Amino acid sequence: MKLQARNRWIPMPAQSFILFVVWLLLNNSVAPGQILLGAFLAWTIPLLVSPMQARQPRVLRHGLAVRYTFMVMYDIVVANFEVAMRVLGPNRRLNPAFVAIPLDLEGDLPITLLASTISLTPGTVSTEVSEDRRWLYVHALHLENETALIEQIKSRYEAPLKEIFGC
Amino acid sequence: MLSMTITIVSVMICIALVMNLIRLLTGPDLPDRILALDTLYINSIGLILLFGLYKGSALYFEGALLIAMLGFVSTAALCKYLLRGDIIE
Amino acid sequence: MSTTVELIVSAFLLMGGSFVLLGSFGLLKLPDFFTRLHAPTKATTLGLAGLLIGSMIYFFAAEQRLMVHELLITLFLLITAPVSAHMLAKTALHHQVKSLQRTQGRSLAESARERQAPSFSEDTNL
Repeated sequence: MKLQARNRWIPMPAQSFILFVVWLLLNNSVAPGQILLGAFLAWTIPLLVSPMQARQPRVLRHGLAVRYTFMVMYDIVVANFEVAMRVLGPNRRLNPAFVAIPLDLEGDLPITLLASTISLTPGTVSTEVSEDRRWLYVHALHLENETALIEQIKSRYEAPLKEIFGC
Repeated sequence: MLSMTITIVSVMICIALVMNLIRLLTGPDLPDRILALDTLYINSIGLILLFGLYKGSALYFEGALLIAMLGFVSTAALCKYLLRGDIIE
Repeated sequence: MSTTVELIVSAFLLMGGSFVLLGSFGLLKLPDFFTRLHAPTKATTLGLAGLLIGSMIYFFAAEQRLMVHELLITLFLLITAPVSAHMLAKTALHHQVKSLQRTQGRSLAESARERQAPSFSEDTNL
């Protein structure tokens, strides 16, 4: 796992870029004045807040990260139809469960990303992480096979994240 | 045709808002009520967007953006208060 | 504005509206807090994304001007929905909200509240 290197003058390049783009989106224009102001904000805000930020692991494989994003979006749509069917069906056919998933990931950012994907995708909501960051507790709306669920989450979401962050 | 669709979808969202209100009033526990409030503000964003479409004005997006941000912060603050009995430690 | 654009916008709006309605219906109907948490976090987020995409297409066609605010709202909701769901679940665990009697692995909720590793003793069927 490689931590982010710190440059003194541009401490958070990715965040600076995101700030710049969001500023232009908010104002909905590419006028020179807005670009100048956006660049100024994107440079000064990270300078002010960088001492508060904890160091996070770096994205190593950018192509895989983009592919992961699209896969998650596709899964969100699929999962929504699944949840819709479960909601419309009768309550007594539901089979809710708490499941503990062993984590192989390290670092706060990858675990947060995994928990968020789990919350948004297949009929599960992440509820809690154990203190030693080894277990993720998940509530499933309808559980058919516990080992299959754990296997699916580990192979489909955790493995790519592990590769992206190299940890 | 589009104005009719907007009316139909507005009615759907209003029914959704009434459902959230019932859950907000009857919810057996406090987390249920917070969840109902959370859903209530998300649905109201939808209603504001539809009103903007109906009027043909893009001004309402600023309002929608503000509601999205304030709603999230208020949900987080309420949860934090229930968890710790304090908002800022 | 052409009929095709109106059709596309209507389809997106109707899809978004039905998902929003479904999420709220799930909130009203499902039996306990943890199952109720599923419907609004997933269905309502996608429903709102549908509404926003519809309105983005509409304004693009009507004013020939790309409105990207909607994308910003969609992204914001996509990022915050799981976070607020997680905080609500944490609050519910902390307040010992009753989960449904037939929920599997209810003993896991205890260890989750204490933030400890699970102890595989009683009713976990691993």
